[in-house]
Amino acid sequence: MPWNRRKRIERASDLRLESQIGEEERFGDLMRRMARENRTAMASFVIIVLMALAAILAPLLTPYAETDMDLLNRLAPPSAAHLLGTDEGGRDVLTRLLFGARVSLLIGVVPALLSLILGALMGVIAGYRGGMADAIIMRVADITLAFPSMLLAMVIMYSLGGGIVNVFLTLTLVNWANVARVVRSETLRIRSGAFVEAARVIGVSRDRIMRRHILPNCLPTLLVLFTLNIPTSILTESSLSFLGLGIQPPNASWGLMINTGRQYLYNAPWLCFAPGAAIMLIVLAFNFLGNGLLDVLDPRQKKQ
Amino acid sequence: MERMTLEVRHLFVRFRTEKGVITPVNDVSLQVPEGSIVGIVGESACGKSMTARAVMGLVRAPGEVTGGEIILCGRDIASLPEKARRQLRGSEISMIFQEPMTSLNPVMKVGKQVAEAVLLHSRCTWREARERTLAAFRDVEIPEPEARFDCYPHQLSGGLRQRVMIAMATVCKPRLLIADEPTTALDVTVEAQILKLLEKLRDASTSVLLISHNLGVIARVCDRVYVMYAGQIVEQAETEVLFKRPLHPYTQGLFWSVSSLREGCETLKTIPGVVPNLRHLPEGCSFSLRCDRCVAACEKEAPGLVEIEPGHAVRCLLATR
Amino acid sequence: MKRSLAHRLIQALVVLTGVVLITFVMLRIVPGNPIETMMGEHADGATIQRMTAEMGLDQPLINQFFRYISSVVRGDFGTSYSLGRPVSELMGNAFANTLTLALLAALFAWIVGLGCGIFSAVNKNRLSDRLLMGTSLLGISLPVFMAAMFLQYVFAYRLHWLPVSGTDSWKGFILPAIALGWNNAGQVAQMTRTTLLETLQEDYIDTARAKGQGTMGVLVFHALRNAMLPVMTMMTIQLSGLLSGAVITETVFSINGVGRLMVQAISGRDIPLLQATSLLATGMVILGSLLADCLYAVLDPRIRRGD
Repeated sequence: MPWNRRKRIERASDLRLESQIGEEERFGDLMRRMARENRTAMASFVIIVLMALAAILAPLLTPYAETDMDLLNRLAPPSAAHLLGTDEGGRDVLTRLLFGARVSLLIGVVPALLSLILGALMGVIAGYRGGMADAIIMRVADITLAFPSMLLAMVIMYSLGGGIVNVFLTLTLVNWANVARVVRSETLRIRSGAFVEAARVIGVSRDRIMRRHILPNCLPTLLVLFTLNIPTSILTESSLSFLGLGIQPPNASWGLMINTGRQYLYNAPWLCFAPGAAIMLIVLAFNFLGNGLLDVLDPRQKKQ
Repeated sequence: MERMTLEVRHLFVRFRTEKGVITPVNDVSLQVPEGSIVGIVGESACGKSMTARAVMGLVRAPGEVTGGEIILCGRDIASLPEKARRQLRGSEISMIFQEPMTSLNPVMKVGKQVAEAVLLHSRCTWREARERTLAAFRDVEIPEPEARFDCYPHQLSGGLRQRVMIAMATVCKPRLLIADEPTTALDVTVEAQILKLLEKLRDASTSVLLISHNLGVIARVCDRVYVMYAGQIVEQAETEVLFKRPLHPYTQGLFWSVSSLREGCETLKTIPGVVPNLRHLPEGCSFSLRCDRCVAACEKEAPGLVEIEPGHAVRCLLATR
Repeated sequence: MKRSLAHRLIQALVVLTGVVLITFVMLRIVPGNPIETMMGEHADGATIQRMTAEMGLDQPLINQFFRYISSVVRGDFGTSYSLGRPVSELMGNAFANTLTLALLAALFAWIVGLGCGIFSAVNKNRLSDRLLMGTSLLGISLPVFMAAMFLQYVFAYRLHWLPVSGTDSWKGFILPAIALGWNNAGQVAQMTRTTLLETLQEDYIDTARAKGQGTMGVLVFHALRNAMLPVMTMMTIQLSGLLSGAVITETVFSINGVGRLMVQAISGRDIPLLQATSLLATGMVILGSLLADCLYAVLDPRIRRGD
């Protein structure tokens, strides 16, 4: 969702110092405030937690094993025994969905975190050092952003090869540029702020200023970016896997389930639509959560 | 008896919000005689702009006009359907706004914006509309009207933009022009020029309802003044009378805060406090919280508007005693 | 304006060169000799060596790069390894299909999105507004492949109204265009509603009403044109998304477009084809953003004369 992302990222970079987490407001308070002010976001948070729990506790929640084949029961429609039907090998779709959630959630979180770290680092360096470093980093970011994200992901996946670690790497390389841009502009603003000036005047070193002042002040922005990067990662991975370029069997992400289920779209549509619905739900939930965090952290919103 | 261009009787505007109902215009009555400039003065958020919008029929949701008559040249327009109201706007009654920066459409040439008003209210060709626009530009003393016609608002200075606004409002020769803080955003020399234009309009038989928080502006051009506070008229009189003998403590406070500056007092006399939240108006007189002469009765009984002498009325228990 | 346009052009060229460089390096660090892949297991060592030399693959990477650039400037993108035909020939056809698909999708997105957005803004907070905005939210969060498969399942497999795949007739473009545009329609609708509502709060809307303009006139002559400015900028960003989505849509509906060509290039380890398709796609994005800038300047006089 590029446009909404852009708009929200712009807003995220406007989060001010008053809303720092950690010093004035702890995470618990933040969540409590969100529960009060934004029900949808809180409900999304609950859904995400439930999905994560379901993924972790998958073996306990289902009587079937992930790879249990039942060749007499191939492509069975949803029934009491198989709530979401079975696939071409007679495996229970719900069970595979639960196990697939492990991969899909991991793919949401890990690259989002990695691209956040990489992007934040690059952004702070570009913003604080300026000059050559800034020019190089930002041009590379521009080039990255000029690619349609899917195409860039495909090219990188091609040169790295399939597999889950490479998917992590690819998504990190696709998503870091946005983070870097936001953090850079944030850094520029904070750097010109009075308190950094004051720190400089009393002789605080440059590295210390970056560590102690700039990064903590970016935290609310980073939290929102992190939350919004997760659904992007999940979507990109599922598209890659859908094309057969992402996760490789025997690992099964939701995207890969759709890829294999596509051949049976006519006879057994649940093979595609069940994981598809799961992707939609989690993406929607993370987006709502991200918007909710943005509203809660945004002081302008608070005043209204 | 004088003929009235505008007569407002017992006007109410209410806002229904989640946090309750507020009444920014509370039983306001006023008269604008033909060929005169009448002022409404008060602090910001006292309801003067809302009164103007109500007269225009431009109150935005969630606000609505909940009562009263608005009589324009002998006809009650408050009860007219929206379509008829719309046809009056711009032709019989028009309005200019405080911010000439933001009141013009940024992506439309200013000439076209004025011509639009002409085309809306008379059957004429684009060429005629353009001619009338240029004439209106000349009337408001815009230099090089032909060149200005094709300018975009951002290319004009604040004063020129306000002149364009006035040209737009008067191009159809309305009976009444409402000017809502027309000079607040402008510097003093431009202010004087704009006020001169308003006087010129009055002489050309367009009455003006001038809204301002600036007593100097009011004193210069107005024939009659209404003082508003917290949604109500608290005092009304001929300008001269009001400035000579203000009766309401609020009016007096307004004058003091100006004259103390002029006379170089050591301390600036001000009215303590701010305009009260309309949601939590005090019982009794709405000014009682800030009034330095407040007595016990003021906090119990809301005073009515009482005529002290012909043409001079005040809403204060002390003044009427 | 002219100067800033020139500046943007130079910037675009720099980015484009960067794109070529990065894809070039990335595609050539892949382990294994592409010639071997191309010739299969039966090729003898001598042939492979001869072919490698012929294609200049034994030269240093930097020489290869400049050779590539100079041939690209002359319009020569090399020969496809897997299909054995000139890449430019393959791409011409695919480009036409993708462009048609993307334009139709954009058209769908803009008509539906603008219509719904305006309708929603005018009926703010009524039931119809909420329903419409709920639907558009669903549109935004619907992955392209889900939209594609859902439409294919319902309208092609079940109802038999439209073809399952291929572009033999214009009918073949309907489902893919809707699938691809669905997402953007939701975005346009949401954005149109938001900006229109913001614009309707502006002072000049009061001015327009004060001169006697009616609801429709205010909307069309004053609000929409201003509200369109930010919606316009969205186009740039959408084009990039459209091309990403085209890869998926073309695969689902078997349309021979740039996206599908790219997928084929990857599975065939076809470097010239992959290089050319990614260059074409990014080129389209960059060109699109340039066009959007120009359009913005036309619509917003503050920028046109801007200084």
